[in-house]
Amino acid sequence: MLRHLMALFILALAALPVSVTAQDVRLPENATPSAIDRASTGGAQNLADIERRQNGAEIDDGFRRNNLGGDAATVPSLGPLGGRSDPDLWRGIRYNELPVRVSTMNKTGRVLVQDNGMWWQQFREGPLATYGAWLLAGTLAVLLLFYLLRGRIRIEGGKVGRTVTRFKAIERFAHWMLAGSFILLALTGLATLFGRKVVIPLLGHEFNSTLLTGSKFIHNNVSWAFMIALVMVFVMWIWHNIPNKTDWVWVKQGGGFIGDKHPPAKKFNFGQKIVFWAVILLGFSVSLSGLSLLFPFEIQLFGHTFNIINDIGMAEAAGFGPLQGDLTPHAEMQYAQLWHAIIGFLMMAVILGHIYIGTLGMEGAFDAMGNGEVDERWAEQHHSLWLDEVKQDKRTPAE
Amino acid sequence: MKAMLAGFLGVAVIGVVAYFGLHEIGFSSAEVYSGENVRLD
Repeated sequence: MLRHLMALFILALAALPVSVTAQDVRLPENATPSAIDRASTGGAQNLADIERRQNGAEIDDGFRRNNLGGDAATVPSLGPLGGRSDPDLWRGIRYNELPVRVSTMNKTGRVLVQDNGMWWQQFREGPLATYGAWLLAGTLAVLLLFYLLRGRIRIEGGKVGRTVTRFKAIERFAHWMLAGSFILLALTGLATLFGRKVVIPLLGHEFNSTLLTGSKFIHNNVSWAFMIALVMVFVMWIWHNIPNKTDWVWVKQGGGFIGDKHPPAKKFNFGQKIVFWAVILLGFSVSLSGLSLLFPFEIQLFGHTFNIINDIGMAEAAGFGPLQGDLTPHAEMQYAQLWHAIIGFLMMAVILGHIYIGTLGMEGAFDAMGNGEVDERWAEQHHSLWLDEVKQDKRTPAE
Repeated sequence: MKAMLAGFLGVAVIGVVAYFGLHEIGFSSAEVYSGENVRLD
């Protein structure tokens, strides 16, 4: 019985693999790693290889990639495995040098080894978390410095007491739905990224586990409110956010932040237009990568994008070699996660500035989204052209 | 402030609908890429 089982196992192994789509760590075409003499180890890895790896240098992995064993005739003692030892077999799978056949029709099933995951994990825990945290801390520091230098921007001459409707209820509804969902997504996203590094040492594994379970629940479901509100805001406000020549005046006068001038502006000034387009473009991008993560392996964005970048020569123009367009489904997910987090950090930095100027930074600004009514003097000083239009409309009622 | 509260309520309502909707279509990786013959629950 045991012999039959062994025979079956060996047959399965021999028939195994596989047109594997393991991560390709082949050297770029233009890379010229220095030749390493491996005579002392009989062609295997030696100290020079280890040192190059530790220094982050390119490694010619041909000695490993091409060491796939032999056929039964040349290595008769390994006949049952087709002349390959187990290490030969797995090496071939890792380097995508053996054909892998699996019963599943799904592409993900053919990925038996995917060592891009190590790079992804190191990047996620290293540069992504570090630079992301610094971006947020730096933004808060700049806002604090600005507040200390400039103080709160007051309404010159004080409020006049008459108000004008700045945003209708539906506009405020969409804004707050976008804002509320974004804050939840940002906090749960930060918890997901920093939970292991920050929360566990402070509050323990149990707390982090509960926090991340809740974060995942909120992140997956609240994202839909964010996407719906993003579309609402886009449709309602895009016409007010097309750049025009008054924006140049706003830029020349430093947006009123520098000096005492009040540059003219329509419904949205140039600063608000920057926030609008940042939210729309980054929001669209973060939604797309989020959908890719929400439905694993169904939406694959990066291999295709990398191929386009290669085709139009962007990668070479930027000084890189060609990007790898043939990605495993798992690498696609890893790139989607990194991109999602990078865009998320950028959005958080923009929104911190937006929250500051809408609350603490400027007197009377919050009313616009609070109850929709702003003081006329505030409107006169910050959106004079828009106020003129509103007054004009009041004087000429629709026929 | 009513619009603000309505917006936050909208987040909650859409979130609950999304939760049931997503599970109804069987979105999760476990449901899509696994089955009884490879998963012990």
